[in-house]
Amino acid sequence: MAKATRESFGETILEAAADNPRLVVLDADLSKSTMTQAFMKKYPARHLELGIAEQNMIGVAAGLALSGKVPVLASFACFLIGRLENIRISAAYNKTNMKLVGTHAGIGIGEDGTSQMGLEDMAAMRALPNMVVLQPADHEETRQAVYWMLAHEGPVYLRLTRQKMADLHGPDYKWGFNKIDVVFEPAKKPAKYLATIVASGGPVPHAVSAAKELEKKGFAVRVANASTLSPFDGEAVARFAKDSQRLVTVEDHNVNGGLGSAVCEAACERGAPVPVVRLGLREFAESATPEELYEKYGLTAAAVAEACLKNLG
Amino acid sequence: MPIATADLKALARDMRVDVIRMIEAAGSGHPGGSLSVIDLLAVLYWKFLKHDPKNPDWPDRDRLILSKGHACPALYTVMAYRGYFPKERLMTLRKLGSPLQGHPDRLRLPGIEFSSGSLGQGLSVGLGMTISAKMDKAPWKTYVVLGDGELQEGQCWEALMAAPKFKLDNLVAIVDHNNGQIDGPVDWVMGIEPLEDKLRSFNWDVRSVDGHDLAAIEDAFARTQECADKPHAIVAKTIKGKGVSFMENDIAWHGSAPKKDDADKAVEDIRHG
Repeated sequence: MAKATRESFGETILEAAADNPRLVVLDADLSKSTMTQAFMKKYPARHLELGIAEQNMIGVAAGLALSGKVPVLASFACFLIGRLENIRISAAYNKTNMKLVGTHAGIGIGEDGTSQMGLEDMAAMRALPNMVVLQPADHEETRQAVYWMLAHEGPVYLRLTRQKMADLHGPDYKWGFNKIDVVFEPAKKPAKYLATIVASGGPVPHAVSAAKELEKKGFAVRVANASTLSPFDGEAVARFAKDSQRLVTVEDHNVNGGLGSAVCEAACERGAPVPVVRLGLREFAESATPEELYEKYGLTAAAVAEACLKNLG
Repeated sequence: MPIATADLKALARDMRVDVIRMIEAAGSGHPGGSLSVIDLLAVLYWKFLKHDPKNPDWPDRDRLILSKGHACPALYTVMAYRGYFPKERLMTLRKLGSPLQGHPDRLRLPGIEFSSGSLGQGLSVGLGMTISAKMDKAPWKTYVVLGDGELQEGQCWEALMAAPKFKLDNLVAIVDHNNGQIDGPVDWVMGIEPLEDKLRSFNWDVRSVDGHDLAAIEDAFARTQECADKPHAIVAKTIKGKGVSFMENDIAWHGSAPKKDDADKAVEDIRHG
């Protein structure tokens, strides 16, 4: 069943709270959007509404973490990353056991427009030592990533979608921290893939659709889902580089500093001679429906398929 | 047996000498704000903080955050005198491998509650600690020491607005009001007056005190007990560079280390002050 990863997050923290008395949730006047309302209603003594003051919320979470709580703060991805210096010191440098949840990732939010879109958050978070960066792509993955995040000792950034995400994994799926998982293989394994698509977050289903379409046309394309962005599973990238003519990265984020950069860095550092085509944002976006924006900024299945086929000259 | 105020005054004089010598040895650092805050820290560490230097992670200890992290030579000296680490280590300030970083680092020096230095963040962190204590009905308090220039950071006012909402009467914010910052007098750089009125209008319990009068400081801290349901602010009127006549109120000594001859003169001054 399709569900926004922010909804899956909201359900999971509610469920986790029953057995985790240290869990505290913080909001900055966006609990209706970050999906923490159910938690707030059931556990009012463990929910802090801090108003439209994200810097203070980040510091308060750090103080709670330093006193033994497991604080989970939530806001839009763009509003959290706007407070990078606070995150750098209060979360990363102090290595506080706090969890930052950025919802409304990317152009997938649609009509609210650029000022509400997190488009550079992964780049900034990946640059911080000690910070784990996660971006699950469906309900089951979000659920397991949230449980992992709560158990992990240290700062974590979790990036979530506003839009609904189709189920990518079955109930038997076992999420692995820092493991890129293959979510689509062509029926016939080729000697060399036309491409391996590495996707993350919102556009993952489009990458799968693209690979299926290309298979019908006789092209072998694999799709991998990167849900841990920092650290990064560079070994998987090196394996893909060996048996693929090219790598294609797809993300609802600026191509600089996010998944596209992580894949290029991993391939280069391991001396993998493979071209990488990066799909993602290269500019600020605008208001429109999510579908129109995915079309205009090249994150649809058709755009991904074209990236697999186009002459790299 | 609590320490007599006259004895603490003598200790504060000795500690000022260490502050000068450690910054001299480091070749860089912030003498002005260290000398303005050290009497406040002395009263806290000898008279009010419930802490155990041999067991710095004791769960029921009071927490102290030096949000104006650049004044850490004063904090390090007070900690060394209280027995957190040997005094000889003070001379390793800012040297490779030393736990005495240029700004406090909680992961390198046990007893530091929060790695500060990026101004504006400490009070919010103190709020989080205090809220945690309230949730657990724990007895400990949180003290946050702020600079007056630091109050120009917007985050401080977010925290000042938030603390009364949670009725944090176990939180004490101390402003080291020395009226000096890097670019000039606070009044000139970006005035914060009328400070006490601002804090009162934000629903804090506010007191002003001479930040170098140890008995008065002690009285101000003691009187925070009188007011329940509100967070407490103590505005301490201090002198930047206090104790060294040629450093007092001279902004040039905000962030520059004395060379040997100036350091010798400073020590002489402190001893005869």
